[in-house]
Amino acid sequence: MTSLVIAEHDNASIRPATLNTVTAASQCGGEVHVLVAGSGAQAAAAAAARIAGVAKVIHVEGEHFAHGLAENMAGQVLALASGYSHLLFPATASGKNIAPRVAALLDVGQVSDITKVDSLDTFERPIYAGNAIAMVQSLDAVKVITVRTTGFDAAPSTGGSAAIQTQGAVADSGKSAFVGSEIAKSDRPELTAAKVIVSGGRALGSSEKFHEVLEPLADKLGAALGASRAAVDAGYAPNDWQVGQTGKIVAPQLYVAVGISGAIQHLAGMKDAKVIVAINKDAEAPIFGVADYGLEADLFTAVPELIAAL
Amino acid sequence: MKVLVPVKRVVDYNVKVRVKSDGSGVDIANVKMSMNPFDEIAIEEAVRLKEKGVATEVIAVSCGVLQCQETLRTAMAIGADRAILVETSEELQPLAVAKLLKALVEKEQPQLVILGKQAIDDDCNQTGQMLAALLGWGQATFASKVEVEGGQAVVTREVDGGLETLSLTLPAIVTTDLRLNEPRYVTLPNIMKAKKKPLDRVLPAELGVDVAPRIRTLKVSEPPKRSAGVKVADVAALVDKLRNEAKVI
Repeated sequence: MTSLVIAEHDNASIRPATLNTVTAASQCGGEVHVLVAGSGAQAAAAAAARIAGVAKVIHVEGEHFAHGLAENMAGQVLALASGYSHLLFPATASGKNIAPRVAALLDVGQVSDITKVDSLDTFERPIYAGNAIAMVQSLDAVKVITVRTTGFDAAPSTGGSAAIQTQGAVADSGKSAFVGSEIAKSDRPELTAAKVIVSGGRALGSSEKFHEVLEPLADKLGAALGASRAAVDAGYAPNDWQVGQTGKIVAPQLYVAVGISGAIQHLAGMKDAKVIVAINKDAEAPIFGVADYGLEADLFTAVPELIAAL
Repeated sequence: MKVLVPVKRVVDYNVKVRVKSDGSGVDIANVKMSMNPFDEIAIEEAVRLKEKGVATEVIAVSCGVLQCQETLRTAMAIGADRAILVETSEELQPLAVAKLLKALVEKEQPQLVILGKQAIDDDCNQTGQMLAALLGWGQATFASKVEVEGGQAVVTREVDGGLETLSLTLPAIVTTDLRLNEPRYVTLPNIMKAKKKPLDRVLPAELGVDVAPRIRTLKVSEPPKRSAGVKVADVAALVDKLRNEAKVI
């Protein structure tokens, strides 16, 4: 049994989601190796080698890995897959994009979004927007897995001293090309790793109000900002703030839902938060069904009051 | 250019499913079934490509039980020209579906296959990517914008930090995300017209595909229940609870 974790990184460092994935891998039995495929990724490879519990880092260099194109990443994993019993990816946009290509190329099934490792071939995963948990057994010799990061603690990022092995890169597939990106930069904590999240719904009414009302609260709490689908669809918040079944899955210490009604699909993304607070003027809003503390009030009055009281 | 759009019949998104007391699965008897919302978006996008003169034909495909015909008729009511049902009552998992779709792609030769990014029942998010790998095609998943021009698909994707744009050589795979489009309402005249559009049925064996599942479900259980919460009277009470009871601030 040996696991290969396909690292998520930005060439300079390892992204936190990789650490939770390493923990999941360590529960699959056997050694844990990490693949860092990138462009100028020496620092990321070195950081991967310091992760506690990692026995080996495989570092592959190539300009055609600069943007993590799925065709190239999957091709590279396939070239290295021999000898691994488990191939694990974080269930991030990137991991979800690449992993199924690898599974299909190996002619095996994929277990998506695992929250628990029960044994080397049995895992738990949420289905039906997290309204049911399935315990599933993979019948294939190689398990291709995406890992829900909120299901596993992050492995310590220091303490390890793995060997770094360089490997040659597969050729560029030539099927896709990176044209551009709009990635927001923020001083706030990353949504999926944040301890506190302030999240807004359509009730905020406009993009201006969304930011005007919620940003000071997020500042006071050192929180990340999240949003419901309705708020994103309406243009009040960017798509990468969406919390929900098919958006970000979060499990912070504190989740403050402001003007969010609590649709099934939204709950799927945040119901594992330790403490949930709901502020909504609709007494019947489903969010009150999961909130530990519910404040039935007009958010435009309550939020400024809350900021002042903190 | 032909566009192929697979659609899945799933439990309607408004239904809060219940786990069976024997843990064998989710109770879907007599529950409302609908087209997977992401697949509706896929059909809508394909139909818009036809309306723009980019696509010449939109073919809807579904794999599963006979009732999937209803889902296909809905697809044709939205604007698909014809439909194919791969009929089986076996449990179909993404790898098997990808193989069935590959066989159909080889027959129909579309330049673009648009799929929903994930089905809201199994939440796998695999089929489009698997199909792309089996065909050796490029893929652009979680699309919020698609433009087809000169043998290329330029696709903007929703990714974890924002947006990313890729250019794919056709033929290619695109999977849809929520904001790609808002599907049109199906009108009664279009529902009537759809009844007359061609719907062919084929069996997995005829396509030469082994659809045996690779993942066995051992048990299905309810998620851990949260203990009931309380309503607080005012902001002061809320802050007190958060500070002194929950100790999260």
